[in-house]
Amino acid sequence: MRSPTPKRHHKAARLLLVAAALLVTGGLYAVVAPATSVAAPTPEETVARGQELFAVSCASCHGLNGEGAGLLNETAPSLIGVGAASVDFQMRTGRMPMANPYAQAPNKQNTFTAEEIAAISLYVASLGDGPAIPDPGQYDPSGLSAAEVAVGGDLFRTNCSACHNFQGSGGALPNGRVAPPLLDAEPIDIHEAMRTGPGEMPVFADGAIPDKDVRSMIAYLDQVHAQPSAGLTLGGLGPVSEGFWGWVAGLGILMLFATWITKKAARK
Amino acid sequence: MAKPTNVDPEVPQGVSPEKADTSLAASAAGGTVGWVDDRVPVSGFGRKALRKAFPDHWSFLLGEVALYSFIILLLTGVFLTIWFKPSMAEIEYEGTYALMRGIPMSEAFASTLEISFDIRGGLLIRQIHHWAAILFVAAMIAHMLRVFFTGAFRKPRELNWLIGVGLLQLGMIEGFAGYSLPDDLLSGTGLRFVDGLIRSIPIVGTWAEFFIFGGEFPGELVIPRLYMVHILLIPGLLLALVSAHMALLVYHKHTHFPGPGRKQTNVVGQALFPVYAAKAGGFFFIVFGVTILMGALMQINPVWLYGPYNPAQVTAGSQPDWYMGFVEGAIRIIPNWEWHLLGTTWSWNIALPGLGLMGLFAILPAIYPFVEAWITGDKSEHHILDFPRNAPNRTAFGVAAMTCYGLFWLSGGNDILATQFGVSLNQVTEVMRVLVFAGPVIAFIVTKRICLSLQRRDHERVLHGSSSGVIVRQPDGGYSEAHAPITTEEAFTLTQHHEPAALEVAPETDDRGVRRRGGKQVGSLRARLSRWFAHGRIAKPTAEEIAEAAHHGDHELEEGDVHELPTEEEAATH
Ligand code: HEC
Ligand code: HEC
Ligand code: HEM
Repeated sequence: MRSPTPKRHHKAARLLLVAAALLVTGGLYAVVAPATSVAAPTPEETVARGQELFAVSCASCHGLNGEGAGLLNETAPSLIGVGAASVDFQMRTGRMPMANPYAQAPNKQNTFTAEEIAAISLYVASLGDGPAIPDPGQYDPSGLSAAEVAVGGDLFRTNCSACHNFQGSGGALPNGRVAPPLLDAEPIDIHEAMRTGPGEMPVFADGAIPDKDVRSMIAYLDQVHAQPSAGLTLGGLGPVSEGFWGWVAGLGILMLFATWITKKAARK
Repeated sequence: MAKPTNVDPEVPQGVSPEKADTSLAASAAGGTVGWVDDRVPVSGFGRKALRKAFPDHWSFLLGEVALYSFIILLLTGVFLTIWFKPSMAEIEYEGTYALMRGIPMSEAFASTLEISFDIRGGLLIRQIHHWAAILFVAAMIAHMLRVFFTGAFRKPRELNWLIGVGLLQLGMIEGFAGYSLPDDLLSGTGLRFVDGLIRSIPIVGTWAEFFIFGGEFPGELVIPRLYMVHILLIPGLLLALVSAHMALLVYHKHTHFPGPGRKQTNVVGQALFPVYAAKAGGFFFIVFGVTILMGALMQINPVWLYGPYNPAQVTAGSQPDWYMGFVEGAIRIIPNWEWHLLGTTWSWNIALPGLGLMGLFAILPAIYPFVEAWITGDKSEHHILDFPRNAPNRTAFGVAAMTCYGLFWLSGGNDILATQFGVSLNQVTEVMRVLVFAGPVIAFIVTKRICLSLQRRDHERVLHGSSSGVIVRQPDGGYSEAHAPITTEEAFTLTQHHEPAALEVAPETDDRGVRRRGGKQVGSLRARLSRWFAHGRIAKPTAEEIAEAAHHGDHELEEGDVHELPTEEEAATH
């Protein structure tokens, strides 16, 4: 490392130069790099990013262009026209990407970031029109009157309890399918599930149950789950568990007492 | 160690009416008894009744649980009638429960909400009432099983058994009527189910539906009608039958388990007064207490969550209370058989499992005592109970019937089984379709084998004593376990039962070759059944065998204790 004009420079110059260079590149990076991430990617970029992610995580089942029946899974449906809400619901609740292609995808921990989900949603939405991801105003349950919430309860019992049980404890459906419990469902989940109809669940479109009623139903579920129960709920499953506990706890305990009382007397 | 199976010889046993252990009762209650004696025509046994002895075994208290829960039902039921409005008139709810405000509902449902949320203690009483109903029927069934498996239904108690069968049927109907009263979503769904059952009655079904509901389902009449049935008609019948049941019980006296000093002519146990009275009284409070605790701690029938009945609604987990579950199950699993003949519909898919099974559930228990008596030709009185193992065919039949009932019952919760155990609803249904037929057969065979093994064990104990747990090494190097002889009392208990002979086919002609006319002849089918019923057992050891074994026992420590047990076939030739 010989400089062509060594004598004209101080010893430290070389060091300073390196430091300056570092500073400049570092500084430049500090200025430029955030700038690239702050500048929102164009929708086209997001869709492209979504398509990339989709190709990695989803295409094996849903096909490279979301046309369905991919290599791994004949039954995977086409995603053309399912809408961003469907992808958002399926991914946030951890159902997609599906792990076991034969069973009903369970509600499990989601491992994708919000950005990734948003990108894939946007990509799938670009394939065809479908329900969009709802704004908070569409599912926020606050600010409803008691009567509106009560109507939400009635709507829930009319439309949902046949599968999800009267207080959303879940229920069985034919062929090993289940309607999951709704105790942990977020308001946005309920809205999206209704609009997109995951799995065996029917679609409840805006025309049938407008957003306002959806909010009432969400509010009803929230309040029903928050209110105190009249003792142990025994699973909230109805008369089957009541009968079971009647025999086990009721008659069972009484027979223990009966054994005790007859033993006691015999010994005098 | 020799463990006495049933009787502790140390314990002084009250014996009545032969022994004076109950004299205290007589003197304390004499006045009352005397008074009754003078007035009630049936008082011939009045005096004895109060001195009546009750045996001590936990299973004898099952009937009491049923009786006490009935009393609890009467008490809490009267409380509920004060506020309950048996009306199907539609109103808009304006009460305290916010999540129902403004919802249209019947007055019956609104008043149930009022009882639950506005009447002090109302919810507790409702829950106690409902838990007591669950317990009432459960205790009746358990009590009935006790009576069945110990043979307590035999002569002279057949009538009381029939009353018991009637009580159970009425209890189920009463419970169902009560379940329908609040007019919530489950009530209405249950009524809809019954509506279907009624309509499936061939030919008259539709007419019967219009008769009962006063028009098409649900109409405006059914709840007021059920109310009358629930608080007047059936409680009245139940009270009458319970009284008759108790009167017959007092008249016949209690049965008792076999043991030394326990005869067909006495009853060994605590005298009714004062020991038994104190115990029974105490037990009433225990039953009441447990029921109150259940009402206080365990939510039951939360009607405010089901909402008012609305024919357009239904909920997952719509089931009847448990005692109707077997009918529900049968209907859930039967294939969809239906005929359309000449413009009529024959819904076998509902008529068979619904009406057929309910009919069977009433008829089979009712006729069983008479069928068994016919098969065995047994006309004697029985006051000593059977150990279930000593009547293997009856026990096996009972377990088979329980299995069948239990499987139908489980099928009634097929959706809950599917979700709770993560299996497919369809698979549960298909498996149950096979199991309701195969299960009872397997249960019969297994139970009978178990009974026979237990009989072999008894045989073994009587002849060779109980294992002592001491392993002895013989001089020649072999090992054997020493046996300790059992007490005489236990030996008695294990060998006291009768081994009635099977009926023989009556010969066509008498011994002089003259053809018999009419009369009670034993046909070949009956004889065959009788032989099958009587011979399925291990013969108890004869006196000679016992004597020989006792002699043999002296050498027991020297000899390896190897002996052969009779097989069932061998036993049959005894
Ligand atoms: C192992 C195969 C598999 C993988 C991988 C997979 N899916 Fe699915 N997907 C399915 C199947 C099968 C269904 C139908 C599920 C049902 O009916 O319950 C489905 C359903 C969906 C639906 C609902 C469609 C509708 O009709 O509303 C969406 C949205 C979806 N998948 C998105 C995705 C996304 C996004 C990914 C990648 C992150 C993904 N899937 C990965 C198999 C897969
Ligand atoms: C025909 C039966 C059926 C009806 C009716 C129905 N659902 Fe569903 N629901 C399902 C099934 C099945 C699933 C699970 C889908 C899957 O995992 O693929 C589900 C899932 C859901 C989820 C997602 C829960 C989770 O675990 O993430 C919500 C929320 C939901 N339903 C709400 C509703 C609401 C609200 C209604 C009434 C408007 C309703 N459902 C009506 C069958 C039904
Ligand atoms: C003898 C056995 C009886 C059984 C098995 C029985 C069973 C039931 C059941 C299961 C219910 C539903 C309770 C609920 O809402 O959760 C009920 C309700 C009711 N029962 Fe009974 N009951 C019996 C006797 C009586 C009697 C004797 C009365 C009155 C004298 C009575 C009055 C009522 C009333 C008024 C209701 C409706 C109130 C309500 O549901 O809140 N019951 N009964």
